[in-house]
Amino acid sequence: MNIGPTIKVAFRALRRNRVRSALTSLGIIIGTAAVIAVLSVGQGAAVMIQSQIGSMGSNLLLIFPGSMNNSGVRSGSGGQQSLTVADGETIARECPNIVALSPMIRTGNQVVYGNNNWSTSIQGVTPAFSRVRNWNVSSGDYFTEADVRTGARVCLVGATLVTQLFLDENPVGQSIRIRNIPFRVIGVLEPKGTAAWGQDQDDTIVMPWTTVRRVLQRSPFSNVNNLLVSVASAEDIATATRTIGAILRQSHRIQEGSDDDFTITDMAEIAKTITSVSSLMTLLLSVIASISLLVGGIGIMNIMLVSVTERTREIGIRMAVGARQNDIMLQFLVEALTLSLLGGLIGAGLGALAANVVSRVNHWPVLVSVQSIGLALFFSSAIGVFFGFYPAWRAARLNPIDCLRHE
Amino acid sequence: MVIDIQQIRKVYRVGEVDVTALDDVSLGVARGDFVAIMGASGSGKSTLLNILGCLDRPSSGSYRLDGIEVSGMGPDQLANVRSRKLGFIFQNFNLLSRTSALENVELPLLYGNPIGHAARHRKALAMLERMELGSRVHHFPGQLSGGQQQRVAIARALVNDPAVILADEPTGNLDSRSSNEIMKLFQEVNAQGLTIIMVTHETDVAAFARRTLQMRDGRFI
Ligand SMILES: Nc1ncnc2c1ncn2[C@@H]1O[C@H](COP(=O)(O)OP(=O)(O)OP(=O)(O)O)[C@@H](O)[C@H]1O
Ligand SMILES: [Mg+2]
Repeated sequence: MNIGPTIKVAFRALRRNRVRSALTSLGIIIGTAAVIAVLSVGQGAAVMIQSQIGSMGSNLLLIFPGSMNNSGVRSGSGGQQSLTVADGETIARECPNIVALSPMIRTGNQVVYGNNNWSTSIQGVTPAFSRVRNWNVSSGDYFTEADVRTGARVCLVGATLVTQLFLDENPVGQSIRIRNIPFRVIGVLEPKGTAAWGQDQDDTIVMPWTTVRRVLQRSPFSNVNNLLVSVASAEDIATATRTIGAILRQSHRIQEGSDDDFTITDMAEIAKTITSVSSLMTLLLSVIASISLLVGGIGIMNIMLVSVTERTREIGIRMAVGARQNDIMLQFLVEALTLSLLGGLIGAGLGALAANVVSRVNHWPVLVSVQSIGLALFFSSAIGVFFGFYPAWRAARLNPIDCLRHE
Repeated sequence: MVIDIQQIRKVYRVGEVDVTALDDVSLGVARGDFVAIMGASGSGKSTLLNILGCLDRPSSGSYRLDGIEVSGMGPDQLANVRSRKLGFIFQNFNLLSRTSALENVELPLLYGNPIGHAARHRKALAMLERMELGSRVHHFPGQLSGGQQQRVAIARALVNDPAVILADEPTGNLDSRSSNEIMKLFQEVNAQGLTIIMVTHETDVAAFARRTLQMRDGRFI
């Protein structure tokens, strides 16, 4: 039988029962919409995480004081003092494939400018920080090695502070007060956005680590919160991790067999963990969404069985004028396919819309990919064919004379 | 012989009881014949016609249609035979409702060896015009009189150039005027060489046929 008239007959049959067809499609619409939304939001989130991790700096290693036990929980407050700026200098000197290294000393405080004040985090680093974090100034200048040596009272402010503290004035050259100590703003950091863990990276002040320790904290110690190490290339990460471990064990005089008093984490590793967690979530939600697609398919099967019964006489007439089993089968399959494909199309549209809304609310990139729409349409039609098959097969196997006698 | 059946039996099993609807019936119909079958209700006329029309299968016996043995054929082969050699006319017309007269007539052309859209349209239209329904082609069956509906059914039966027309009480639902019209049509197409086998209860309808056969209890008498 030609496909043209078959499609026409299918559409006519569906139009005859508009409400029923719409309700039957609803299952597929909801299922497809859910699958598209979940996949799109998931992909958007993954891209977001990737770009945020990337914005942390490329090929970044983090060295923390204290050891990591097997379950990955960092332990031992006793180890807090164990990592110093001097360790960083040793590593920079002895480990070959390091591009840049900066210590990191963190604190937080209220910052005052004129009549405004703002609580923010303060990061004490060296000029290498810009290289390590891949984070330059958008105006003004970075501080220098000389500023680090002298503990100069200079600082860089993040983009959030420009709006919140300086109310969009140009901060460069202005003076701010932290604990009543005046600091000169010499630069504004490029905006970096929200980190993967939800923190606003631009809500920060960056200054020489010596300034944080000596001036703000009045402390003679040079222990750090962590060391940030940028490695030449991704392939060097494993070697660098091993070399740094050896250097630190030696300089900390750690015996063979005893625990390290430091932990080296690789950003790529963290990225992988976060990404795998988020893709697991996506998978899980997709499975749930697919189940509703399946339920929609059962709805189609149900309605197709009703349709076959209702149209038994029509089947008989068609058989009497020469329709073969395949002709009848095709007709009902096309009908089921039309139901599910229409549902799939509408669902894909709604899902894309939902994904857009979610992305906009979360400031994620919108990622309704052609693949995910193609996948959803493929699955909705596959479900139409799969669940339409049994009713169509039943219709095709009917006896012509029984159909014609059917009331 | 366009139709040649030998010792056809049809036994229905209803619960524990066997009902013999056809009891070793034999019949030969020559090409161009017009046969009327009469008989009491329940004598097996419809059963015979359905078997002749390849809509039903006999319990035993042989059936040669146009020289081909059809009694052992499968469903798709039988569908091909119906498509190429047979046309049906029923008492209750059996048109597709909510489908125009034209599309009803086009229906047989969709199956078997399908022809193009334009050719299908042309053939169906010509056939409806021959049935003097040229002004009713887009009417639905519900918008046509009984006689007109039966003429649509005749157009549908004829559109595929069948060898044999099988009609089960074609005038059973019609008044005498429409009955006469339909029978004139039958005679007309029969005069052009088409074989017709018709079941009827009415002697004046049977009078239009070339010969009349009587059935009783599943046999010819
Ligand atoms: N599907 C069936 N199942 C069981 N018995 C049947 C079936 N169809 C017909 N019969 C029986 O077969 C016999 C012949 O029926 P058939 O319909 O051929 O009669 P008929 O001559 O066409 O009668 P009428 O003039 O009333 O149409 C009847 O006794 C009927 O009860
Ligand atoms: Mg009968």
